[in-house]
Amino acid sequence: MSSPAPARNGAPAIAIRGLRKEFGSVVAVDEVDLDIANGEFFSMLGPSGSGKTTVLRMVAGFESPTAGTIELGGVDVTKDAPFSRDVNTVFQDYALFPHMTVAQNVEYGLRVKRVPRAERRTRAQEALERVQLGEYGARRPGQLSGGQRQRVALARALVNRPRVLLLDEPLGALDLKLRREMQVELKQLQRDLGITFLFVTHDQEEALTMSDRIAVFNQGRIEQVASPRDLYELPATPFVAGFVGTSNVLDGDAAIKLLGEPGTFSVRPEKIQLHLDASHVPTQHAVTAAGVVREVVYLGSATQSIVDLDHGGSLIVLRQNQQSSEEGDVAGRGAHVHLSWRREHTVPVTAG
Amino acid sequence: MTSVSEGTPEQVSRHQVSTVLHRRPRLRLGLLIGPPMLWLGVAYLGALGALFITSLWGQNPFTGDVVREWNLDNFRLLFESEVYRTITIRTLGIAALVTVVDIVIAFPVALYMAKVASPRMQRILVIAVLTPLWASYLVKAYAWRIMLSENGVISDLGGLLGLDTPGYGLTATVVTLAYLWLPFMILPIYAGLERLPDSMLEASMDLGAKTGHTLRRVVLPAVFPAVVAGSIFTFSLSLGDYITVKIVGGANQMLGNVVYDNVGAANNLPFAAAVATIPVVIMLVYLAAARRTGALENV
Repeated sequence: MSSPAPARNGAPAIAIRGLRKEFGSVVAVDEVDLDIANGEFFSMLGPSGSGKTTVLRMVAGFESPTAGTIELGGVDVTKDAPFSRDVNTVFQDYALFPHMTVAQNVEYGLRVKRVPRAERRTRAQEALERVQLGEYGARRPGQLSGGQRQRVALARALVNRPRVLLLDEPLGALDLKLRREMQVELKQLQRDLGITFLFVTHDQEEALTMSDRIAVFNQGRIEQVASPRDLYELPATPFVAGFVGTSNVLDGDAAIKLLGEPGTFSVRPEKIQLHLDASHVPTQHAVTAAGVVREVVYLGSATQSIVDLDHGGSLIVLRQNQQSSEEGDVAGRGAHVHLSWRREHTVPVTAG
Repeated sequence: MTSVSEGTPEQVSRHQVSTVLHRRPRLRLGLLIGPPMLWLGVAYLGALGALFITSLWGQNPFTGDVVREWNLDNFRLLFESEVYRTITIRTLGIAALVTVVDIVIAFPVALYMAKVASPRMQRILVIAVLTPLWASYLVKAYAWRIMLSENGVISDLGGLLGLDTPGYGLTATVVTLAYLWLPFMILPIYAGLERLPDSMLEASMDLGAKTGHTLRRVVLPAVFPAVVAGSIFTFSLSLGDYITVKIVGGANQMLGNVVYDNVGAANNLPFAAAVATIPVVIMLVYLAAARRTGALENV
């Protein structure tokens, strides 16, 4: 077994410096710096074409950077081939070998490293049991469902006990219910194994659910790196405010009139209260705005109202349906309403 | 939309035909595949049947007329005569060798086309592989004859390197046939490799396998059905060939030459039919073997 290079004490699992990738004249990744700690569940979140997958592929070794360095456990691997890096990948399309059984697929990495047959068998079986597919070793990938294939891909990567597991939108092809189940399972697995996970997704909910920290990508650059809570509560840029959660931005005239200062500000929809009567505004709500309801959308657990402000712009208000929602309960379309929220829930976002 | 009753009588009857066909899917299917099935049944299988029946007849040695009496004399002669056994084995050997040579040459070419070349280069290479198929078989065979001749390009080049070159003979036959059928091997392997996702190769490398291991354990098994498909072409085309061996093979004969001579000079149609049965039987055995590997399921 090729032993991984010894990690420098205290070195981060992954350290990326000045990473840049050009495809022809297109800059896919632009000056990315990242430090990912050992045992961290780190997500790279962004729309398609934002460079997150390219960064992952460079960490795996499938693409070589135009500039910059990648260190794994303090060792520079920028120029190393994929087969000499101590990372394993779960691919978006799973990339299982169709002519091998599930067990042979899982054993593949161990076989390459000439692990003795008996140990190979045991470890592959363990890995399959860990993803609840202990009985499926003799089947072919073609005989499994999408969710089962996804688990096999996971087992095939984890059986090698890599320093870092790279996951490229692994849940993208699953239906919503299965995806939610797998999110919880993945997080549990990562906590049990203590392996660093580098997870690529365009689904903000997925990233918020599982990650210790998230990097938001936009046009090849990182907009913000933060914990899920900070990312949501304190978005640093309008892009992050819009991409993570629902976009609710005050700027221009409305900002000056309502908040008393120029700039761009984000308010989360659930922080805002909607009142038909201005006298009902709670005293601790320092910010108030008058407007007209343009649209009311019933979402099941909550009701969303879009309000056009008298000072220009519009805000989305989210209200939990705690009581069974009656028609009169919610201001209908065209109603004149007053919005209010606490001053500290207005977060300044600098134009990125 | 106009209702049916308002149309011309012709439109009405057409509509009725469509309605009947819509209600009877079996009739529809029958009309659709009937003509090609008829062609396959009568012209193709019928001819094959006639060939097999003829092989069981004999010939009047004096008049040369076909005698319609059932016997196995033709096959007895084929199996007992040393000459025909040698020719059969030689033909098999040539077909097998041509197939192996084509696999060895086609695989790297197809791999480069499918996985390395840029999309532009890929198109150019596909055209380059297909173009020779547009040139006449005879032109290509004679081109090899000229190149292989005593003072031809190949002996000149061989002379420069101090090598002995084959001249006309079995080696020349294998070389020429391998050249002629190469596109039939490259194209299926290329198509097979095209269907192999890049992520599969990346997954193999990601799991620690170097290039050679990836080729052996992932790429070759994945394109094996395509190789078998290509080998069916090269093997069967070589098995029935008799022109190339006449042009570059010197005095050597293949099964096709025996058929040709018995149809022409000897005018012994029943014996020619018996000889022609041999490649058919060999191909049936080959296809059965290919089927057992499961290679025919995904071609």
